[in-house]
Amino acid sequence: MTAVLFFVFGAASIAGALGVVLSENPVHSALFLVQTLMSVAVLFLIQDAELVAAVQVIVYAGAIVVLFLFVIMLLGVDRREALTETLRFQRPIALALGAVLLAEIVYLAGHRWATGAHTARGVPIEGGDFGNNIERVARVLFTDFLWPFQLTAVLLVIAVVGSVSLARRSGERPDGVASTGEETAS
Amino acid sequence: MIAALDITPNFYLVLAALLFTIGTVGVLIRRNVIVMFMSVELMLNAVNLTFVAFARALDDTAGQVIVFFTLVVAAAEVAVGLAIIVAIFRRRRGATADDLTVLKG
Repeated sequence: MTAVLFFVFGAASIAGALGVVLSENPVHSALFLVQTLMSVAVLFLIQDAELVAAVQVIVYAGAIVVLFLFVIMLLGVDRREALTETLRFQRPIALALGAVLLAEIVYLAGHRWATGAHTARGVPIEGGDFGNNIERVARVLFTDFLWPFQLTAVLLVIAVVGSVSLARRSGERPDGVASTGEETAS
Repeated sequence: MIAALDITPNFYLVLAALLFTIGTVGVLIRRNVIVMFMSVELMLNAVNLTFVAFARALDDTAGQVIVFFTLVVAAAEVAVGLAIIVAIFRRRRGATADDLTVLKG
């Protein structure tokens, strides 16, 4: 059963990833990205990571893809530019480098490159007296990883302030907006 | 036949390698900056899959916790990156990599 689920949703995630890269319309790319994210969420579920799977669906497929679609809607990027290449050898070299990268990672995946050492408290995935998956994750997050958790708060504040200051138009007259809309439409 | 197959962590690692490579090639061959960002999301997701596979293999929940930090970084990156795209689009009337040739000598 697990094997069937793995192959079905693994193939779905690969197909979605290829769709993201190969489709000409950015909206189609975003929808293929949702397919990949959902398939990976199922793969998380198979591996007893229920909370991570739920957060994957809610945050990635729910929030991040909607943000992508918002920007696509805002900018109206529907020019069919993407699959014509301007640099001469860009595409063959990119494919060759991708093949080399794949060979390297698959080679690494076939070898033991993790030490097997556990974190300080070493809460196991299942078994022991630690409760369900959410309680286990919370126990690790708020003990061993408390300092990184605080740092993510700082990171999010920086990201919010940065994106607001990037997105506001400073010292620009409002009638600049109208000319932008006309040139995009033409 | 397939149902009897034992799925070891290596299966997940190879799948994550494939997803990561597709994301990398997507960043390299696409000209549309938004699609390049989606490819970066693919790469981050492949890494998340690796973390969860190792959490299962080593029986340690910390691998799943790291996924949350990756998620936060991805969200912050998308927010800032899309703000940059909007700023570029406002200035240059286009959002492909070919529009960003200001530093070209």
